[in-house]
Amino acid sequence: MTIQESQDEIIGDFEVFGDWMDKYEHIIQLGKELPIIDSQYKTEDNLIKGCQSKVWLHAEYRDGKLYFTADSDAAITKGLVSMVIQVLSGHTPEQITNSEIYFIDAIGLRNHLSSTRSNGLLSMLKQIKLYALAYQAKSLQSKS
Amino acid sequence: MHDTAIIGEGRGANGEGRSAGGDHRSGEGRSTSGEGRSANGEGRRLDIEEIRRDFPILGTTVYGYPLVYLDNAATTQKPLAVLTAMDEYYKTINANVHRGVHYLSQRATDACEASRVTVADFINARHAYEVIFTRGTTESINLIAACFGKKFLQEGDSILVSGMEHHSNIVPWQMICEEKKATLKVIPIDENGELILGGLDAMLKSGVKLVAFNYVSNALGTINPAKEIIAAAHRYGIPVLLDAAQAIQHMEVDVQDLDVDFLAFSSHKLYGPTGIGILYGKEEWLNQLPPYQGGGEMIKTVTFEKTTYNDLPFKFEAGTPDMAGMIGLGAAVRYVQELGLANIQHAENELMTYALDVLREIKGFRLIGNGDAEHRAGVISFLVGNIHPFDMGEILDQQGIAVRTGHHCAQPIMDRYCIPGTVRASLAVYNTPAEMDRLAAGIRKAVTLLG
Repeated sequence: MTIQESQDEIIGDFEVFGDWMDKYEHIIQLGKELPIIDSQYKTEDNLIKGCQSKVWLHAEYRDGKLYFTADSDAAITKGLVSMVIQVLSGHTPEQITNSEIYFIDAIGLRNHLSSTRSNGLLSMLKQIKLYALAYQAKSLQSKS
Repeated sequence: MHDTAIIGEGRGANGEGRSAGGDHRSGEGRSTSGEGRSANGEGRRLDIEEIRRDFPILGTTVYGYPLVYLDNAATTQKPLAVLTAMDEYYKTINANVHRGVHYLSQRATDACEASRVTVADFINARHAYEVIFTRGTTESINLIAACFGKKFLQEGDSILVSGMEHHSNIVPWQMICEEKKATLKVIPIDENGELILGGLDAMLKSGVKLVAFNYVSNALGTINPAKEIIAAAHRYGIPVLLDAAQAIQHMEVDVQDLDVDFLAFSSHKLYGPTGIGILYGKEEWLNQLPPYQGGGEMIKTVTFEKTTYNDLPFKFEAGTPDMAGMIGLGAAVRYVQELGLANIQHAENELMTYALDVLREIKGFRLIGNGDAEHRAGVISFLVGNIHPFDMGEILDQQGIAVRTGHHCAQPIMDRYCIPGTVRASLAVYNTPAEMDRLAAGIRKAVTLLG
């Protein structure tokens, strides 16, 4: 699935929820399914800055693609992190740097999340893009 | 009655300042300020529903739910008396103060100075000129840290604060200590969220030049034994700054009774406008301090060779002050005086007891700090099971319940308890038992989702 298709799928999933309780229940459930970061990577270095609740993000580069695992100490944050990873993990650095993340607005999450939380979410997206850029630069370097 | 009340009447007699302050409006439909004051001692039961009607925002909805506003320790909502006073000021007497010869400037000056007298009366200051208008508690503390530090702090000296301070009563002292090569010492706190005062005398004897602590903790709600600590410091001739930001709206604060040297608080936590606050200082201390900022208003004469500074309070009020803010604060103080702080305290204590009762019925509810309602004010800081405070705050928000989550700008306390933060519900006079029920129900819903 492309990054765009994953986002459209999430948007479709959220359309069925009538009230906020169901929506949050779903977000929290997604958090429980998050590929948990290996404890050795749950380090200060992997802590995302800008989150008031803690988020750890680990990136791995295999066969030209970036894979992410993560964790958070807060359940709703963890759910958000899970969706971002579902969308962006397993794609090439180029695809990730060129992607536009629109599903968060589309499912009405930014309105429903406190500003500190959405800032944290944005910080994590920024961090993922930074990883992608770094690997993109690295692969360009090795090719030349 | 003390001096300031007499000054107050004198000012009031000119009529102009008072009417601009809008106090006749706030008095409508309720007892006059005089009666309110006498009811103070007698104990009048407040009609909370009537009070709620004074606050337009309390009638609004959030996500379709009636707003339950429990973030009062961050800022309180504003009554119509305050809004109207500020509106009237701009509509009728707006002019720069203290320097104009014209009619409006005189009226604006009278109105602003009437507010100073109102505040002096409110905290029982000996003189109105001991009341300095600042931008808020933070600026008041920074002013003393900078000016006192400049004059009195030397290498090897120390400043003593408590382990339950807001960052605004830590960082300004750290900054001046660093500059002067002095050290910051800390009064420790116990598991109950109370200060451990056993070692206080020993600490005071070891080169402390000033003690700064909060009357009520913003993160825990603990009421500190201010009078006792001030008396202890005075035994060694050490002045005390009391951060009353979380006390002034909940209980009577009498600077002469406390014998405190400096007192700081903000208008916006006292039902007044944002951007203005108070620094009270004893005349003998304020006169010893150098000015804080230079500019207009704070000078007597200026030449390029030498400037002589103005007298109190203007020495510390450089530049054009926040006139509308001063008038709004004056109106807020009169509003509180009409209700009577003793009556407010009684109502809030009852509500605090009720809230703790209903919240304690929730499985996994853990109060952070002292559980005795009589020894706390305003703040209920808590956790439920292993639920992260941010998650709890968000689910409560979805139900129209406004609380604060996090470390409340008091990270050292959170470290003391080894927790990432707390959920903080903080009360004001307009909160009701029904709102406490909404809070409890909201928490239960969050537990269902997150537990």
